[in-house]
Amino acid sequence: MLYNYTLPCILILSAAAFLLGRSKAQAITRHSGLRSLHSLPTHYGVLTAMACAIPAMMVFAVWQMAESPVITSMIVKNLPEEVRQLGANEFTLILNDIHNFVEGNIVSDSVNPAIQAAAEHYAELQAGARNLVFNLITFTMLVTTGLVYFWIKAELRARNLVESVTMVFLIGCSVVAILTTIGIILSVLFEAIRFFKAVPLTDFLFGLDWSPQTAMRADQAGSSGAFGAVPVMVGTFLISFIAMMVAIPIGLLSAIYLAEYANSSVRTIAKPMLEILAGIPTVVYGFFAALSVAPLIRDIGQFAGLSVSSESALAAGLVMGIMIIPFISSISDDVIHAVPQALRDGSYGLGATKFETVKNVVIPAALPGIVAGVLLAVSRAIGETMIVVMAAGLSANLTFNPLKAVTTVTVQIVTLLVGDQEFDSPKTLAAFALGLLLFVFTLILNFIALRVVRKYREQYD
Amino acid sequence: MQNTPQQSPITLRINAGLKKRYNTEKRFKRMGISAIVIAMTFLVFLFGSIISNGYTAFQQTYIQLDVSFDQTFFTGENLAAANFPGLVKKTLYSMFPDVTSRNDKKLLTQLVSSNAAFRLMGMVTKDPKLIGTTQKIWVLADDDVDMLIKGHYDRNVAESNRRINDKQLAWIDALAANGKITKKFNTQFFTSGDSREPEQAGIWGATRGSIYTLFIALALSFPIGVAAAIYLEEFAPNNGWTDLIEININNLAAVPSIIFGLLGLAIFINFWGMPRSTPLVGGLVLTLVTLPTIIIAGRAALKSVPPSIREAALGIGASKIQMVTHHVLPLAMPGMLTGTIIGMARALGETAPLLMIGMIAFIVDIPGSVTDPATVLPVQIFLWADSPERAFTEKTSAAIIMLLAFLMLMNGLAVYFRNKFERKW
Repeated sequence: MLYNYTLPCILILSAAAFLLGRSKAQAITRHSGLRSLHSLPTHYGVLTAMACAIPAMMVFAVWQMAESPVITSMIVKNLPEEVRQLGANEFTLILNDIHNFVEGNIVSDSVNPAIQAAAEHYAELQAGARNLVFNLITFTMLVTTGLVYFWIKAELRARNLVESVTMVFLIGCSVVAILTTIGIILSVLFEAIRFFKAVPLTDFLFGLDWSPQTAMRADQAGSSGAFGAVPVMVGTFLISFIAMMVAIPIGLLSAIYLAEYANSSVRTIAKPMLEILAGIPTVVYGFFAALSVAPLIRDIGQFAGLSVSSESALAAGLVMGIMIIPFISSISDDVIHAVPQALRDGSYGLGATKFETVKNVVIPAALPGIVAGVLLAVSRAIGETMIVVMAAGLSANLTFNPLKAVTTVTVQIVTLLVGDQEFDSPKTLAAFALGLLLFVFTLILNFIALRVVRKYREQYD
Repeated sequence: MQNTPQQSPITLRINAGLKKRYNTEKRFKRMGISAIVIAMTFLVFLFGSIISNGYTAFQQTYIQLDVSFDQTFFTGENLAAANFPGLVKKTLYSMFPDVTSRNDKKLLTQLVSSNAAFRLMGMVTKDPKLIGTTQKIWVLADDDVDMLIKGHYDRNVAESNRRINDKQLAWIDALAANGKITKKFNTQFFTSGDSREPEQAGIWGATRGSIYTLFIALALSFPIGVAAAIYLEEFAPNNGWTDLIEININNLAAVPSIIFGLLGLAIFINFWGMPRSTPLVGGLVLTLVTLPTIIIAGRAALKSVPPSIREAALGIGASKIQMVTHHVLPLAMPGMLTGTIIGMARALGETAPLLMIGMIAFIVDIPGSVTDPATVLPVQIFLWADSPERAFTEKTSAAIIMLLAFLMLMNGLAVYFRNKFERKW
């Protein structure tokens, strides 16, 4: 089918349009001299190619998005009455069956003749419409290319036109960042609002019990589900706190040592080593925590006569701390380097030792930057997923004991969303509410931290 | 004449405290060194534990069978439909004629992987002349045999606590004494997809999934990232709108990656109806994850091009876009490529957002396109790490070694680019 080759077609025709436009511009220069042309011949070529490709791409994109809903709404009218009377869920299943049938996949049940007929109808409509769209695209390309081709003359400001289209593209690309943020907010917020319709916001924020297993049927025995996020949040903060207790001293001290004491040969070895720690994927840390660190801590605990859970917060926090060390050390290193040498020289001139200079001059001067780095690191610890999924527990215990198993926001999001489940249950929606919580919290931390960093940079620039 | 300096009370006080201050100085310096040593120890411990757990997975245990391809097995038209599991069993029984009870026979057949029958089937369908001959064929051993041979199982544990019982142990020893059991390089690990049987599991399916996913991510995030960096660095007016975009990018760089997974689930899959578990959606999500990194690196690269280049281009009559595309961009390109490779390396190790969009499914088939269900290397590691079999621990570590090797390759490439093309102005 030709429709499947639309994109290559557009590409080939655009290339042809480029050659066409350029050759016409070159013909003009041969006729009335190079200087009579407003822009370079290439610009005329690019303009023609753009005129060929852009409208065609737009038609193609619109149809790609519209095809399924349009044709579905057309076949729904022809479905038998009893199918149309079905509830929303079963109706979606039937539609899925039809779609699968059209694509030649295996259909769940024995094939209902009505569905088969509908599927055939669907395929027929789709083929017809696709032919139509392909013809439309080809027609558009020919018309726009032709129009521009005849429009080309020496006075046409092709470069300006090409450049303004390029500018639109550049601006469009930079707006992707804003669209992403909007997309995150919309996706998380809408589902979270649906969740808060089922579970009141205050129950979620202040409830002390988290057990998201809801009964599948209304008459089923068992838990009705409790959605109090406090134990989950406490677990998150406990693990993050342990991680920061590991990462802040080690990261900060190694940054100070590397910046103030170490000679260049130590620095060339130690810095890349720390960067390797930053480059290791978190799933590797998670495996390391579960396989090596957690049993080690449990054995040490047994030796000391303590009962340590095999999914203790300590193991997850410790390994997360290792992961964050390079993060803190590299930011601290940057800010320590940004402290002007004159401040240090002044301190040495007064007879201070290196430690006294670091303690009384460098650290106070670098403090805002260090604090911002720590905030960013906290936000990373809170949002870290794989280490806690693999090494921390699933059950939500409200405890501050680092030897017990606790759970975190990210662990709960993963366990609630991995696997198949209906999208409307509070259990699934709870994941989005937790996601909202996580997003808002990390956003605030990042915002403050980035503000501080910005202010700090201006101070010494 | 000797001039003894007059020591003022202040000098005396300073000298009295000097020793203490120097000691503090030394102590602080030692703390700094120990911080670095601790970080290094963690690194060594991590690599040590993973390599020591994983290196054995690059070899796999094979058992040699003397298979006689008896005519009686191949009576039907279709050679592939013959009873190959039966052939494997018969071969094993003939190798151990003293095994007679039904229970023992079952234990005996457990020594060989279920993959053996498929291997025989492949050989016969490829070369039907084998029928009627007797061949010495190496087939995969079961994962428990493999673990025993590699020494991961303790023979001295009580029989009830062992995955391999005493009878099986005796058979394995008999095989080993005859040289019919050996370890070979594990090609299966590099060529096959996931499997429930550890001895048959491989990383090729996940690697293909990673390649497709990264391809989509690269194809989208590189042009978009470069264009956004160019706009923000070269053209954007200094106003609130530009500030908003900048704040947004910096914030997105610090948003937890799992949130991007929620976005992918809610918008790409549930709203746009894209297929679940596919590299297409995975690539889109990773595009959004890596875009801030690439934009920030791209801007830094553009910033490092000196303004004199721009002024010279403008001075001889280039338009602003010509100035950028002809002069600034080519000079900034090495820096941008370095940033992109580092962003892609991060994307290769990214796991959490891909769990959200269902790339965690158990997939045996090797994906053939971006719309086939697939998994990626880090998710494969996560899946194997969750499996209870001892043999999967080894496979997980080996997969991690491969993943780290890919990452080092990419980062090495980035360093090479930086050193080769970086220009100091």
